[in-house]
Amino acid sequence: MTAQAQLLPGTLDLLILKAVSLGPLHGYGVLLRIGQISEQALLIEQGALYPALFRLVRQGLLKATWGTSENNRRAKFYELTSTGRKRLQEETDGWNRLAVAIASALAAEPEEI
Amino acid sequence: MKFLAYFRSLAGKFFHRSQVDDEIKEEQRSHIQHRADDLERSGLDHAEAERRARIEFGGRERFKEESFEALGGKFIETLIQDVRFSLRLLRKSPGFTIVAVLTLALAIGANAVVFGVLNALILRPLNVPQAGSLWGIERGSDKAMNQSYPDYLDLRDRNRSFDDLAAYNVTSVGLDTGNNPSGAWILEVTGNYFDALGIQPHLGRFFHSADERGPNSAPYIVLSYPYWHSHFQDDRGVVGRTVLLNKHPFTILGVAPPEFRGTLLFLFPDFWVPIVNQEQVEGVYGLNARGKHNSILMVLGHLKAGVTPSQAVADLNSIGSYLEKTYPKDDGQMTFSLARPYLAGDWLGGPLREFLAGLMLLAGLILLAACANLGSLFAARAADRSREVALRLALGSRRTRILRTLFTEAVLISLIGGAAGLWSSVVLLHGLSVWRPLPTAPVQVPVNPDANVYLFALLLSLASGFLFGAVPVRQILRTNPYEVVKSGSSGRVGRRVTVRDLLLVVQIAICAVLVTSSMVAVRGLARSLHSNFGFEPQNAMLVETDLNMAGYRGDSLSAMQKRMIDALQTIPGVKAAGSVDRLPLYYGSNGSQVFTDETTDFRLSNLAAYPSTYNISPEYFQAAGTALWSGRTFTWHDDKNAPRVAVINQEFARKIFGSASSAVGRYYKTKDGTRIQVVGIVEDGKYDSLTEDPEPALFRPVLQSPSSLTCLVVRSNPVHSNDDPQQLVTAIKKTVQDLDAGLPFSIHSWNQELESALFPSRMATLSLGVLGLMGAMLSVTGIFGMAAYSVSKRKKELGIRMALGAQRKEVLQAALGRPFKLLALGSAAGLFLGILAGRVLASIVYQATPRDPLVLAGVVLVMSLLGLLASWIPAQRALSIDPLILLREE
Repeated sequence: MTAQAQLLPGTLDLLILKAVSLGPLHGYGVLLRIGQISEQALLIEQGALYPALFRLVRQGLLKATWGTSENNRRAKFYELTSTGRKRLQEETDGWNRLAVAIASALAAEPEEI
Repeated sequence: MKFLAYFRSLAGKFFHRSQVDDEIKEEQRSHIQHRADDLERSGLDHAEAERRARIEFGGRERFKEESFEALGGKFIETLIQDVRFSLRLLRKSPGFTIVAVLTLALAIGANAVVFGVLNALILRPLNVPQAGSLWGIERGSDKAMNQSYPDYLDLRDRNRSFDDLAAYNVTSVGLDTGNNPSGAWILEVTGNYFDALGIQPHLGRFFHSADERGPNSAPYIVLSYPYWHSHFQDDRGVVGRTVLLNKHPFTILGVAPPEFRGTLLFLFPDFWVPIVNQEQVEGVYGLNARGKHNSILMVLGHLKAGVTPSQAVADLNSIGSYLEKTYPKDDGQMTFSLARPYLAGDWLGGPLREFLAGLMLLAGLILLAACANLGSLFAARAADRSREVALRLALGSRRTRILRTLFTEAVLISLIGGAAGLWSSVVLLHGLSVWRPLPTAPVQVPVNPDANVYLFALLLSLASGFLFGAVPVRQILRTNPYEVVKSGSSGRVGRRVTVRDLLLVVQIAICAVLVTSSMVAVRGLARSLHSNFGFEPQNAMLVETDLNMAGYRGDSLSAMQKRMIDALQTIPGVKAAGSVDRLPLYYGSNGSQVFTDETTDFRLSNLAAYPSTYNISPEYFQAAGTALWSGRTFTWHDDKNAPRVAVINQEFARKIFGSASSAVGRYYKTKDGTRIQVVGIVEDGKYDSLTEDPEPALFRPVLQSPSSLTCLVVRSNPVHSNDDPQQLVTAIKKTVQDLDAGLPFSIHSWNQELESALFPSRMATLSLGVLGLMGAMLSVTGIFGMAAYSVSKRKKELGIRMALGAQRKEVLQAALGRPFKLLALGSAAGLFLGILAGRVLASIVYQATPRDPLVLAGVVLVMSLLGLLASWIPAQRALSIDPLILLREE
C-alpha cells in the first residue's frame, strides 16, 4: 500500500460521480471502485460516503434503487442521471484546469520569471 | 428534475421519518456486511471480520444524522431561521410593516368580500339535493320566467326531459293563529313541489300531487323551520292544528327542514300552501286562464339523468310550437330556455352576475395596485439594504439564500395582511347575511363565507406575497458586491425609467379608474334620486294591505276602499288619500293587453301595447302627486254600470294614438273586444325600474276593475309631517283599525318604499364608493412612498444644491418633479380607461356617464389633491435638509 492522501474539500462528490459513471454500484462498491481507480491513494472514511451519496441523490445527480449484490445481499445501487453525467463533465474540466494551473505554478523556476 | 427529486426527498422526510431512518440503517448494515464478507475472505474469522467492519465504518449515528440532513432535512430549520430573521427586520421598521399589512388587509379583505358574495350568490347552488340538475324554464326572447297555469300543465305533462316539473308563486297573506292576525310571505306551490325537489319534512308530512283535487281542495300549510321557531315556539304539537289563512281554515301538515329555505336564494318564505287554493289565498282564481301569463312565477324541475339542457330546450320548444298553434289568442312567443332558478333566472341573475364580475375585476385591480405599491416599497427597501446584501454576498452567502429571506419576508407580510383582511371580511359577510335590506319584503342576502372563501383568501395572500416579493429580485441578482461596498449606499445614478416608476404609473392609473367609476356611480345615484318618477314620494305615507286577508270579496272590496279613503281624509293634516293596487316601482308591475280600436283579430301578434296597469281610486292622482295633462280623472260614478273608461300616460297616447293632444275621447280595445274610452292623460313616470325609457302606462277605475290588493297613499301637509311624523302614523293606524280590527296592514313612508327600487343603484354606489376610497388611499401611500424614497435617496445631492444656494422652488422641483410627472401620466391613463369602462357602469347605475364634465373635473381635482397630500411630508423633509449636518455625516 502506498502512502494515502487526505481528500481536498469538495472532491469526494467528484470521485463518487466518476466511480458511478463507470457502472451502477452500491455504497461499498463505490468505495472499492474509488480505491481501485485511485490506486488506493486516497483515504475515505467509510461512513462519510453516505451523506455525500444522499446529497447527490437530492441534487438529482444520482438515482438509487434497491437490488441484490454479487454477495447475494440486499443493497442500494446508485447510477448516474443525465444531469449527473453533465455535472461530472463540468467538474472534470474545472478540476483539470485547476490542476494544470496549480501544477504549472508550482513548477515555476526562478529563471522563468 | 432536480426540483422534483428535492421535493420527493423533502416529502419523504416529513411523512416517513421513521421509514427513511430504517432505510439509512439498512444501507449502513448492508455496507458493513459487504465489508465483513471481504475481510472474511482475506482470512479473518466471522466475528472478528464483523467487528473490524463496524470499526472501519465509523460513527453510525453521526453519519445517519448527516445523511438525514443531506436528504433535505434542514429545510424546516432554515425556514424557521428565515422567519425569525424576517420578523426581526419587520419589527425594526414598524412603520413599513404597519403600512404594508394594512394595505394588504384592505385589498385582500375587499377581494374576499366580493368573492364571498359572488360565491354565495352565483357559484354556490341552492341547498337542495342534486342542485346541479335543477333548472328553471324561461320563456320568449325577454327571458320571462312566469307562465300561465294551463301552459305549465302542458309543459309538465308533455315533456320527456324532466323528472317532474313543479311551479310556484310568491304572495303575501294574513295568518290568524287564534290571537293577532299578522301578514306573512308565502310560496303558493304545486302539489308535487316538495317531491320534485326531493325534500323530506322535518316534522309531520308534506302535501303531494294526490292532494290536489280542484280549486280550494287542499287547505294545507307547510311551515318553514324559522317561522315554526319564531311563531310556534318549536311546538311539535303544531301538526294537525287548524289556523285561519285570510279567514279560511287551513291545516298545518308539517315543518320543512331547517336547511330548506325555498327556491329563491334571497327570499325566505314563511310557509308553503298548495296553489290550487289560489282563490282563498289571493282572492282571485287565475289558474284557468291560459292567457294570464303571470299566474305562475316560475316553473322548475330536475332534468332526467342523461338529458342535456339543450335536448331539454328542444323538447320544450316542440311543446311550445304546439301551444302557439293551438292557442294563438293566448300564447305568443313560446320558445324556451333554461336558467338557474334560485336568482329568478336572467331577470335578476343576469345583471347581478355582470355587476359582481365587474366588482370582482375592480377588487382584483385594487389588489394589483396594492401589490404594485408594496413591490415598489420592497424595491426601495432592498435598495436601502444593498450594502448589507453586498456584504453578505462578499462573505459567501448564496444569492438564492438571500432571495429566500426576501420572499419569506414578503410572504410573511402577505399572510398577516391576508389573515387580517379575511377576518374583517368574514365579519362583514356575516353582517350582510343577517341584514334585511328592504323594509317591506323578507329579502335577505345569504352570503355566509365557506371554505371556498378561506381558500381564496389564502391563495390571494400567497400569490400577492410572491408577486410583490418578486419586484426586487433582479436588483439583488444584479448586485455586484465590490461596486456597492466601494461606492457606498447611494450607488450609481439609475436608468431613466425604472421598474418602480412603471409600477407607480400603473398603480395610479388603476386608482384613477376606481375613483372615476365611483364618482360616476355617485353622480348617477344623485340623478336617480332627483329624476321625475311620475309621482311625488315626499310627504306621502303608504298603508299596504290585501283586503282578501280579512275576507272582503267582490263589491265589498271597493266599498271598503272608499270607506278607508274617506276616513283617512278626515285626519287633520291629510291633504289627500287614494288607493292603487300595486305601486309603481314595486317589484315589477301588472300588464294588460291593449289593441287598437280598429282591431278585429285579437291574436297576440296584433297586440298594440302591453302597458303597466294600475287599478286606482278617483283620488289616487291627487294623493300620489301625478300631474293630469289633459281630460279628467275618475269619479266614484265610473262604476260597473257606467261606460268603461281609462286614464293613460303620455307615452301610451303617443304610441297608440300618435299624439298626446288628440287622445282624449278616443277608444282602444281589450282582448275580448271591449271598447274602452280614454278620458284623461297623465304625465309619464317610472314604472318598472328607474333606468327604463318612457313606457306606456294605463290606469283603470277600481270600481270597474276591483282589486283586493290595496295600497293607500296618504298625502299630508309638509308642515304637519315635519312636526311629528309619528303622530300621523298613529292616527292612520287608529283610523284603519277602527274600520276593521282583523285586517293586517303595514305603514311606511313612500320614500322607505322606494328603497327597493333604489336598492341596486345604492348598493352599486356603495361598493364602488368603497373601492374608489381604497383606490385613493392606495395612491396616496404609493405616491408618498415614491416621493419619500426619492427625497431620501437624493438627500446628499439636495444638500449640496442648497449649500450652493438653490432656491426652495428649485429644491422642490428636483425632489418632487418626477413623482408629479408620474402622477399626471398615471391619472391621464386611468381617466381614459375609466371612460372606456363607463359603458359597463351605465347598465347598473342610472344615467351614469363618465363623460359628465363634473365627473371629469372631479377626478382631476381628486387626483391632484391626492398627489399634493401624499407629497407634502416628503416635500417638507426635502426643504428641512441642513446641508451642513448632511455633508458632515457622509
